[in-house]
Amino acid sequence: MTHAQDDPCAHCEEMMQPYLDHILTEAERVEAEEHLDECEWCRRRYKFEESLRVYVRQAVSEPMSAKLKAKLSELRIPLN
Amino acid sequence: MAEDATRIATEARDRVRFEEEALALADQVYRVARHLSGSREDAEELVQETYARAFRSWRSYTPGTNLRAWLLRILTNLNIDRGRRSQRAPQMTPLEANDYYLYDKLSAEGDGGQPADEERVVERLSQDDIVSALSAVPHDFRDVIVLVDIGDFSYQDAANILDIPIGTVMSRLHRGRRILKRELAESVLEDAS
Repeated sequence: MTHAQDDPCAHCEEMMQPYLDHILTEAERVEAEEHLDECEWCRRRYKFEESLRVYVRQAVSEPMSAKLKAKLSELRIPLN
Repeated sequence: MAEDATRIATEARDRVRFEEEALALADQVYRVARHLSGSREDAEELVQETYARAFRSWRSYTPGTNLRAWLLRILTNLNIDRGRRSQRAPQMTPLEANDYYLYDKLSAEGDGGQPADEERVVERLSQDDIVSALSAVPHDFRDVIVLVDIGDFSYQDAANILDIPIGTVMSRLHRGRRILKRELAESVLEDAS
């Protein structure tokens, strides 16, 4: 792990994905947010990473066909 | 006799409720299947097999637990049974790309060093770019991306579904996201050339 005092932006990069996954500890989250507030370079990259996740999710969400939906209902086991 | 009738009626009610709850999750199950399978046809077949098995073994589901994860567990096991294991293991070549590799590529593609709007930068990727980049990510890594980033499962649920330790979910996710970004960056460079 990079130490914040050595290279705060590299440290922020390490925390970026865990931050987006909401798995940082409270202290780490505060540290990440403080750095993002004051560093435009990291903030731009954070906004990009955040948008990318939403964008990927939207792009690959292909709905199931109505035909398949009907077939699944037919798989139900009839009541005797 | 009356006790038997009550038991049968209770069981029928529980089963109908189970089936309805399972069917209500079909869109989400399909979405995961679609990205674990190579084609729409494979995904549809996989979802049908999953539901056929789920309806047969509904008694092994514990009411009140995560039904979506239970269904996905069946789906991923069926997917493995279909010969996934025989496929080539992902190459472990070092990834020189850092986490910001894609951003750096995309923003460099933009106009003359002007600060770009980050939400606009992602729009340089087309839907096709994303779908093909995701399908280029090796299976083991794609599975965790599909479950966590697209299916919205927690690390723990993904670990249970795939039957791997949570630490493996985290490391595959870390690496898989980088591979996905590298693939996306390559597709953008190809589009530009």
